[in-house]
Amino acid sequence: MKKVIFRHSISRQLLLSVAFLFTFSLFAHAQDQTAQDTTAQAESGQAAETDAGAGAAAASLGDAAAGKELFNSLCAACHKPYSNSIGPALSGATDRHEMEWLYDWIQNSAALIASGDAEANEVYNEWNQTAMPAFPQLTESDIDNILAYVEQPKPEPTAATTGAAQSGEGEGSGGVSVNIILGILAFVLVLLLVVLFLVNKTLRNFASASGIAIPEKPKTKPLYQSFVENQFLLVVTSIFVLLTVGYFSYGFLMQIGVDQGYQPIQPIHYSHRIHAGDNQIECKYCHSSARVSKHSGIPSLNVCMNCHKAIAEVSPETATEEYSKEFYDKEIAKLYDATGWDPASRTYSGEEKPVKWVRIHNLPDFAYFNHSQHVSVAGIECQKCHGPIEEMEIVYQNAPLTMGWCVNCHRETNIRIEGNEYYEKIHEELSKKYGVEELTAAQMGGLECGKCHY
Amino acid sequence: MSSNKKYWKSVEELEDKSSVVETLQQKEFAEEIPIEDFLGDKDNLADSKTSRRDFLKYVGFSTAAASLAACEGPVVKSIPYVVQPDRIVPGVANYYATTIADGFDFASVLVKTREGRPVKIENNDLSKFKGGVNARVHASVLSLYDTKRVKRPMIEGRNVSWEEFDRQVVSELENANGEIVLLTQTFASPSTTKLIQEFSSKFGNVRHVVYDTISEDPALNAFQSKYGRRALPHYDFSKVETVVGVGADFLGDWQGGGFDAAFAKTRIPENGKMSRHIQFESNMSLTGANADKRVPVKPSEQKAVMAALKGYIAGGSTSALSEKLDDAVVKAARQLRKAGSAAVVVCGIPDEEAQAWALEINEALGSRVMDTSNARVTRQGNASEVAQLVKDMNNGSIGALMIAGLNPVHTLPNSKDFVEGLKKVKTVVDFTTRTDETSQLSKYVAATPHYLESWGDIQYSEKAFSLMQPTIRPLFDTRQFQDTLLKWTGNDKSYYEYIQETWSGGLGDRNWSEVLHDGVFEASSPVALPASAGSSASAISYSIDDLDGEGFELSLYTNTAIGDGQQANNPWLQEMPDPLTRASWDNYITMSKADAEAMGVMNEHVANGGLNGSYVNVSVGDTVVQNVPVYIMPGQAKGSVGLALGYGRKAGVQEEMQTGVNAYPLYNDFRSVQKVKIEKAPGVHEFACVQLHNTLMGRGDIIKETTLEIFNTKDAHVWNRVPEVSLDHQETPVTSPEVDIWESFDRSTGPHFNLSIDLNACTGCGACVIACHSENNVPVVGKEEVRKSRDMHWLRIDRYFSSEDNFTEDIEEKEDASGLGFGDYIFGDREGEGSLSTFDRLESTADNPQVVFQPVMCQHCNHAPCETVCPVAATSHGRQGQNQMIYNRCVGTRYCANNCPYKVRRFNWFNYAQNDEFDYHLNNDLGRMVLNPDVTVRSRGVMEKCSMCIQKTQKTILDAKREGRTIEDGEFQTACSAACDKGAMVFGDVNNKDSKVLEKKNDDRMYHLLEYVGTKPNVMYQTKVRNTTEA
Repeated sequence: MKKVIFRHSISRQLLLSVAFLFTFSLFAHAQDQTAQDTTAQAESGQAAETDAGAGAAAASLGDAAAGKELFNSLCAACHKPYSNSIGPALSGATDRHEMEWLYDWIQNSAALIASGDAEANEVYNEWNQTAMPAFPQLTESDIDNILAYVEQPKPEPTAATTGAAQSGEGEGSGGVSVNIILGILAFVLVLLLVVLFLVNKTLRNFASASGIAIPEKPKTKPLYQSFVENQFLLVVTSIFVLLTVGYFSYGFLMQIGVDQGYQPIQPIHYSHRIHAGDNQIECKYCHSSARVSKHSGIPSLNVCMNCHKAIAEVSPETATEEYSKEFYDKEIAKLYDATGWDPASRTYSGEEKPVKWVRIHNLPDFAYFNHSQHVSVAGIECQKCHGPIEEMEIVYQNAPLTMGWCVNCHRETNIRIEGNEYYEKIHEELSKKYGVEELTAAQMGGLECGKCHY
Repeated sequence: MSSNKKYWKSVEELEDKSSVVETLQQKEFAEEIPIEDFLGDKDNLADSKTSRRDFLKYVGFSTAAASLAACEGPVVKSIPYVVQPDRIVPGVANYYATTIADGFDFASVLVKTREGRPVKIENNDLSKFKGGVNARVHASVLSLYDTKRVKRPMIEGRNVSWEEFDRQVVSELENANGEIVLLTQTFASPSTTKLIQEFSSKFGNVRHVVYDTISEDPALNAFQSKYGRRALPHYDFSKVETVVGVGADFLGDWQGGGFDAAFAKTRIPENGKMSRHIQFESNMSLTGANADKRVPVKPSEQKAVMAALKGYIAGGSTSALSEKLDDAVVKAARQLRKAGSAAVVVCGIPDEEAQAWALEINEALGSRVMDTSNARVTRQGNASEVAQLVKDMNNGSIGALMIAGLNPVHTLPNSKDFVEGLKKVKTVVDFTTRTDETSQLSKYVAATPHYLESWGDIQYSEKAFSLMQPTIRPLFDTRQFQDTLLKWTGNDKSYYEYIQETWSGGLGDRNWSEVLHDGVFEASSPVALPASAGSSASAISYSIDDLDGEGFELSLYTNTAIGDGQQANNPWLQEMPDPLTRASWDNYITMSKADAEAMGVMNEHVANGGLNGSYVNVSVGDTVVQNVPVYIMPGQAKGSVGLALGYGRKAGVQEEMQTGVNAYPLYNDFRSVQKVKIEKAPGVHEFACVQLHNTLMGRGDIIKETTLEIFNTKDAHVWNRVPEVSLDHQETPVTSPEVDIWESFDRSTGPHFNLSIDLNACTGCGACVIACHSENNVPVVGKEEVRKSRDMHWLRIDRYFSSEDNFTEDIEEKEDASGLGFGDYIFGDREGEGSLSTFDRLESTADNPQVVFQPVMCQHCNHAPCETVCPVAATSHGRQGQNQMIYNRCVGTRYCANNCPYKVRRFNWFNYAQNDEFDYHLNNDLGRMVLNPDVTVRSRGVMEKCSMCIQKTQKTILDAKREGRTIEDGEFQTACSAACDKGAMVFGDVNNKDSKVLEKKNDDRMYHLLEYVGTKPNVMYQTKVRNTTEA
């Protein structure tokens, strides 16, 4: 073994410093996280306490949990606990009225009004003489339970933060263990490097001390020069380079105008996840023209108002860590603003502001696509082209919408002929001609240029 | 060959030593460009902060930025309704039945609307009383989106609110110093009549004068004096066996038009029978062109013909006619008598006597065709009253004049007097849709909506009615004439409620919604027709007995495209070629060849294929219309000329569409026949004529024609021979598969579309041409481009003249040619037997040629020559028989157009949409509203052609699929076949055994265009049969 004189190496130093930096930052990060976690935990604990304290009063009326169930099935269509809807807000009803009166009213309000009860008539007239249906099936204890539920104090929006904190905690604990392992590994690596460096240094010192000259490397031709001189290599390389450039530029050019994943910000944050996912509203309830027209149709705002007349705010469970309940409620307010709906007086002002949505799926003018052909005739699920729409918080373009993508599907998809008299004859004749059981859309003529381009 | 002609561009050039001319001859740009000034100033250049390097940097950067930006798609906004109307589904068309009643065209139509905007006019098949849904009616949807419309009420050119307008006008009306006169178009509306009566009783001292731009006064007067009502007889042409027309263009606009559909159906030979049509006329009209026998006769002689006809049929003296003419009249009379009650004589001469004779003859024949009990009331004008009004205006007795639906300043023959009179009337209110000459001179301009934005009830005849309903919310701040009258009479109702009130109880067992849905109904009018004013002192009595003497007899007519000129600002109509002259964007004097030669007037084709013609000045009395181009018209009666009214509009018409000359000043006393002096004027006019070749030259492969006699007696092989080729020395028809070099695809499954065009039923009216424009977003290219043969019509109607008296002789002449005859030919012998001299002769049209119209669009060949030559496969064949043109694939080599034997492919030389160079409807937001959203707007550099309305066939199929049913015959339609109310175009699926089109395909008369080429087209034609049998 020869001794080597120590030489200053920039690359080595660089590597070292990077390794150091990395380990350090990891530790710092882990610390930050733990600090956050502790504060969040403390906060949530406090919130829970206040909740419990305030709820105690309502608990005396009955079982709030049972009441919630009853409320949701019977009352929620017209009443909300904390705000006016078709009927008044129910919270505070026990303060406003006697319990006995409430039993009578809820079990049969019409009879109470007819009896000439002044209080009943006042309520009746105050709410535009909208009759409340009778609920003779409710026992007094049921009513107690409902009232117990609605008399619970309004939950503060801490719930969302609590949720976020809890999930953050989970993430944090997982992160620490991985970080530790990584930290240890990095430490070992650094140790190794240091050892190597020291060994190298020692050997060189030893060599110089023992007077062994480290042989100079013979000067050879630089690599690039020999490369340039080798014609064959040059040709092969340039072909290779050209092919690579060609490949990537082709890829680049082919994706021009293909807007897969296009996810514009919309003027109203409408969440398909909440509507189609959580609430399982059928797509064609809102996009009704997809059944009969070439357009799926962006629903007009009056369709939104069918439900949102009654739903002025989202439930606390709808909120996610990213979007809070306030955020969603503000978006609903935007809808009210656009339609000119005043939730307080429950009237339309007549001042309408059409919403300018950003179109996501833009087919070029020369391509004709008809939704009803695919939705009604072929019975294709919306998700086949639009992707997991029920999971999308913000809708993006799922499919590339290229001609190749269309054609592929036409080649693979069989025609749905069940119960369609139109196809009877033509399907029989064509399947005989092609010798197949079931025809694909392509065999039916779905690949002819003129079917989509005119 | 040298010429002594001197060409000059301005009068200046005629002077010998004009310095201006010299300078201009030397230098195209007379003004020097100050290069020296700029480059000489070194200091200034050095001071400039932008160096050449900077400049290059900027250029480079902006190019790169532009190309990068092009990769990014634009952000497209979609704006849904806030509250969606129940009946509107985006992407699904709604149809409404309504009625056009602009004073000239009256017709029941269906309006197709998409997302609430009308995009197309279609026939209302429920309408038994056919109003004429002609090319103008089809194009009227574009006039809705006319940028030159009056957008809001104006006082002295200032925009005002309706409140202010009402206040000012009503106060002026109440204090009117003199009579209040309502000068209106024929509304033919019971509610409007009632309303005007109420208005009269409110204001008192009100006179209502009705004036038709194109007057039918002679016929109205004749009818009135015979039957006591001011109306016109109705003619049911479906009952016709023999018709004799004397100067009556009854397939065109004669007496309001709309007779062509019924008549065309009698032209299709069935059980060996078809109607016979003899026409005496001076101008070559659509009617004459379709006649079995056409006799060119000057207007003055037409009256003699009428007299003779009357003499032969109803008795009485017959005036002296030339022997030849007398023979024709005798034969016609014999034919009429033979047909008896199925015969009719129609007369278009502006002569009360002749009109009365026509009524008399029809009575004598006991004609079932003429119906006087259900008389037409769509022409109510009274020229005498208009003349009286102009007189009264000038002597200052009129306090207020309200003009509705008219443009008298432009269309009155004595417009100068009228304009003078207008100055003496204190209050002039013009109710108008578009800015025009009259509105410019009116103090008050009341903006009225288009008929597609209005309510109305229309009375066609004494029994037939139709309703008008809005199909779109008014685009501008307009108010209907009737609504305004209601307001001014202090009535709070809207006109809609007013109409309902008029008809409450008048609809019999049908209710309002039902009638509104159908658009048409039969009833008797709840309102009496306005009593015609008694014979006033100045009553004009129409007679054409004063035509003797020097000069030409001018017949003024309205042409198919522009009509009375209301829609002059409609580019579709301007670009629509006249069916007979094939010229667009113009009106012109039509003159016979003999007269033209005598006057030294010429028509010639120039190198780029354009047609040039001389100018003439036309004068009636003191009125001179200068620089009218001349079109030499075969078949024009010698000594007569024709000129179309309706052109020459300037005010409120876009510059490109200010075409032609105004012929109204020649329309003296509303008489369509005038004695005129014509003299040649200097200069050459450039026509935009789309057909360069006039005669058929005996090419029986294009038009097959035969007579009824041969058709009935001989085998189809004789008169409709399929071309044959030799296969192993055996004559084999080219249609048989063994002589075909192509392999046929199997087209037996699914629909296979065919289109049949019956040359017998086609009158050449051009409704299909406009329907095609409207359905397929065909662009308008303008006069200059049309002249370069760059018109974009997907569907053209070729018109062929015969060079002999009929086409059969043409063919004989061509077949008889022997040898080339080169020797004779170069020595100037044009009469020889050789083919060179024969073809020379065939090129010139006969004096009274036979005419045939042939609509030609893409023939959708099963073996299409265009498909094989496309290098990028942009045109391909569908299983349903359609030859598909894929615009996004086309690179514009134009090989396909070169290889097409039918010349039906059109090339987009420019971007016609959103291009200031082509400032027609596609260049503004309003005009683009008429576009069909289902059809691509083509861009520059791509080929386009008839698609056989694939968007319509696909829609029909999809509807059936969605409803899970089979498709009935008649459901498949193209735009042209749907527009053809004559039944000339039949479209359908030949794989459907019960289809009408299959029946047509197996008809003996069926042939394909240029069958010997072997293209196997999916468009077929039915041989033209003429009923030449003389009784």
